[in-house]
Amino acid sequence: MESAPLPCPMTGVQLIDEYFIENRTRLLDLAAFLDRLDRAADPAVDADFRMRAFREAVRTLSGSDGDRVGRIQMIFSDPRTEPTDGLDQKSACGAYRPEKGER
Amino acid sequence: MEYIDMHAHMASRTTDDYEQMALTGCVALTDPAFWAGFDRSSADGFDDYFHQLTEVEPKRAARVGIRHYTWLCLNPKEADNRSLARAVIEKIPKYLDRPNVLGIGEIGLNRVTRNEVATFQDHLDLAVAHNQMILIHTPHLEDKYKGTRIIVETLLKDGRIDPGRILIDHAEEHTIGMILKNGFWAGITLYPQTKVSPQRAIDMIERAGPERICVSSACDWGPSLPIAIPRFALEMRRRCHSERSIRKIIYENPAAFLSQSPRFTLENVTDRNGQKAAPSAPLGAR
Repeated sequence: MESAPLPCPMTGVQLIDEYFIENRTRLLDLAAFLDRLDRAADPAVDADFRMRAFREAVRTLSGSDGDRVGRIQMIFSDPRTEPTDGLDQKSACGAYRPEKGER
Repeated sequence: MEYIDMHAHMASRTTDDYEQMALTGCVALTDPAFWAGFDRSSADGFDDYFHQLTEVEPKRAARVGIRHYTWLCLNPKEADNRSLARAVIEKIPKYLDRPNVLGIGEIGLNRVTRNEVATFQDHLDLAVAHNQMILIHTPHLEDKYKGTRIIVETLLKDGRIDPGRILIDHAEEHTIGMILKNGFWAGITLYPQTKVSPQRAIDMIERAGPERICVSSACDWGPSLPIAIPRFALEMRRRCHSERSIRKIIYENPAAFLSQSPRFTLENVTDRNGQKAAPSAPLGAR
């Protein structure tokens, strides 16, 4: 069965009225995290594969092309198409770690 | 408002959690086989676990008027161990006729290894051999897109199971489309940090529409919220969605999916004293 979208009954301004403050808080948390990393002054931060993906995601966040969430999900995703030969670790870490020679 | 939690690992939760769920309107839940947080040392431990899921938890749930159902399998977190998988899968058929067993689950992939794919296929064979419904776990975080794609391709290639009898869980923005367009049910898990917030879940439902989508708490031994569904309902109200739309997502959709099993019913629950408890009655009235 095909499903028709279920549009949000709120107007854009109503959405801002209701959700601005909590998203302002999230944005400040994000900014504070990046500032904290700057203060750490650790050269390893810039080389970290997670933070490379994170910064790319932040750039996508500030774009205006729509479906930001879908595109950010794909920035963090493993782009490979085949199963791996063996188990490297039990849990995911949140961003794809490129293999040597990639990116 | 009454609701059904499609995915709650109650074997990892306290009696207080059952009570909170009952107080907030939970009438039934399904408890898929899970990872203990460590790898079991042998397949024998699964006899105890399957006993807990089919005998102990239904009684705990019935004390507060909740119907407890379960899905059996070796969870994807341990599925890379092929010898363990074979031994556990061999044990499952003797539990399939227990009255609260709805099918095979949550099977799927974790880190998307070749062994995990082979164990997933073994579970599919088991489900087909016993005409069981299936609940599927998809990997988290960076593994999700790749894992969901391989799961969907494997199921489509297999072709033995009606997609309408399969729920693919932990759907997110980049995977829900491929799940729904191929006729499967999609589950959205409301879980802090590693899964989906109520706000994002509602966004997905607004975009995809409400058909064949269920939400669940996925509460387990990790930081999670057994009353995530009533909080989701609250968020839908905040966004001005109708009570009818809310009820469709948190009650009617899971009831429709689960009712494909003849074992699933929302009729009265029998508590530990053998007395009937009406699921919708206020807890204090019992």
